Amino acid sequence: MKTQRNAELGLLAFAMILVAAYGATVEANRIGEITPTFWVPAALLSVLFLGLHFVVRFTAPYADPVLIPAVALINGLGVGFLRRLDIGDALSEKLPVPGIFAGIGGRQLAWTLGSLILAAILLLVVRDHKVISRYAYTLGLVGIVLVMIPAVLPSSLSEVNGAKLWIRLGGFSIQPGEFAKLALVSFFAYYLVRKREVLSLASKRFLGIDFPRGRDLGPVVTVWLLSLLVLVFEKDLGTALLYFGLFVVTLYVATERASWLIIGLLLFFGGVYLAYLLGASVGGPFANFYDRAQVWLDPFALSNYERLGGSYQLVQSLLSLGTGGLFGSGPGAGSPRFVPEVQTDFIFAGMGEEIGLFGLSALLVVYLLIVERGMRTALNVRDSFGKLVAGGLAFTLGLQVFVILGGITGLIPLTGQTTPFLSAGGSSLMANWLLIAMLLRISNASRGPAASGAGSDRPGPGPKKAPTQLHGAMTEVIQP
Amino acid sequence: MPEFVLTVARFGFLILLWIFVFTVVGVIRRDLFAGVRSKSIVASPRGVGGAMPAGRPAKVKRGKAARQLVVTAGQLAGTRITLGELPITIGRAEDSTLVITDDFASARHARIVPRDGQWFVEDLGSTNGTYLDRGKVSGPTPVPLGVPIRIGRTSLELRP
Repeated sequence: MKTQRNAELGLLAFAMILVAAYGATVEANRIGEITPTFWVPAALLSVLFLGLHFVVRFTAPYADPVLIPAVALINGLGVGFLRRLDIGDALSEKLPVPGIFAGIGGRQLAWTLGSLILAAILLLVVRDHKVISRYAYTLGLVGIVLVMIPAVLPSSLSEVNGAKLWIRLGGFSIQPGEFAKLALVSFFAYYLVRKREVLSLASKRFLGIDFPRGRDLGPVVTVWLLSLLVLVFEKDLGTALLYFGLFVVTLYVATERASWLIIGLLLFFGGVYLAYLLGASVGGPFANFYDRAQVWLDPFALSNYERLGGSYQLVQSLLSLGTGGLFGSGPGAGSPRFVPEVQTDFIFAGMGEEIGLFGLSALLVVYLLIVERGMRTALNVRDSFGKLVAGGLAFTLGLQVFVILGGITGLIPLTGQTTPFLSAGGSSLMANWLLIAMLLRISNASRGPAASGAGSDRPGPGPKKAPTQLHGAMTEVIQP
Repeated sequence: MPEFVLTVARFGFLILLWIFVFTVVGVIRRDLFAGVRSKSIVASPRGVGGAMPAGRPAKVKRGKAARQLVVTAGQLAGTRITLGELPITIGRAEDSTLVITDDFASARHARIVPRDGQWFVEDLGSTNGTYLDRGKVSGPTPVPLGVPIRIGRTSLELRP
């Protein structure tokens, strides 16, 4: 298998040209001329991504060539869009065009630098992804604590726009749930690698589907309750859906039983419907969820539109997507500021107005390709732990894009999720770049020579054998 | 800025975006084919692959060398392993060449080894046994082409 590092470099250059072109178009549309410094943000990003590219070249030479350029494109366009918001804001207040490091665009550049450093450190420190399984229980505990912190903190320290997802210290706020994803995936993967036999072997057949035994159902019920608690205390359906979906899918990957998916979906929809009914009758902690469901059911109803915290935002988002139409108004030519929170949760609506369905679907395909590469990595890597981690991470990324995009287009009730790599915000960017670094590390093992990708340091039955005897052949799955 | 330039920039950006998407797809496609090519590079067992150039396999009448181990039934059906000079281990253990997640397979179930151009199957003391066609494998047994080796629910064959 070729390393394909040069292909990665070429794609990266292409992605950065796109980012520069986006910047130029924004300036042409917004300022009326292309300033001589339009290429500087793209060049700075190029330097940063080039740094990561070289780290990968030396520490993970066989890593997937598509991941970094695809993510770099989305990250770069995110920075470009945020800079476009800065320029728009400054001009509407008759201020001069802000500098490259000013405003949310400049801050996003700085966050990108921080994220790439973290990703590089992960690649440098973790040379073999199986090492992570040694700290699985610690990571699981860390994950649960991270999820729980905002729920127990007082609202003044943890609440932003009605969702208790944050830790706010002065002017600085982090979203611990974003990092918890990574820790929880590792823990789930380790737990399931150990329990997969009992989960997939002992089952009762009912209505043609294999159902697991009650006592094996324990973990999934626990996580279901936990995600419902998150939903109730942090007032956030998206996070709950994310954690629960993550667990069910890793369970499904580990056991290959579709019954888990059916049980999981039934439990989730049952829980959500119960929360909706409780919100309608009891109120209390469920009231927020009930409101959001109302907004989702009929955003254009006057009672929803005029209520504080009602459907105004969603309606603006739908209208701006509609204004964009097929080809959009052109980068920089729209009016994204009509949508509240357009720099974070609603960035897709803002971009959609300017690049249209045509451009938005290209971005979605790029996300799809990132997820596809993650799944491909999961299919090809030889050890079960790596399979589960890669599959879980890729699925999480896809689910998160679905949850937020479904939210802003009115497909599912709106929840506070960031758009990975695109939205303003350090926590999300850092956590997702760490996720990509993990995928790069695992894909290095899956695409690389078999000897470096295999070998087990997990306690397994039987004596260990010399690897030379075992990994002479290339395994390739021709059909699923 | 003239209107014309803005329109060109607007559509040019979208077109460039899609060209990027298709370039990425192209790299992924090339990646898949790179895997196929490297498969054919793996050498056959000594004394067989060397004697028979890969270019004209159709003319050879007898003693076709086994080049692939194909899983024909079970969860991994469709998996192919290109045979090299090294033995292939089969079992549920993570470090087996072919890791099968079959409920009836042992951690180290069986081994397929080349000896003088012929592949032999050998049971490694598995609980449920290894079968060559209908017969249970007790010692190293030569495996003809196309005869199924059965391990639990999984079935494997040597193919030219």
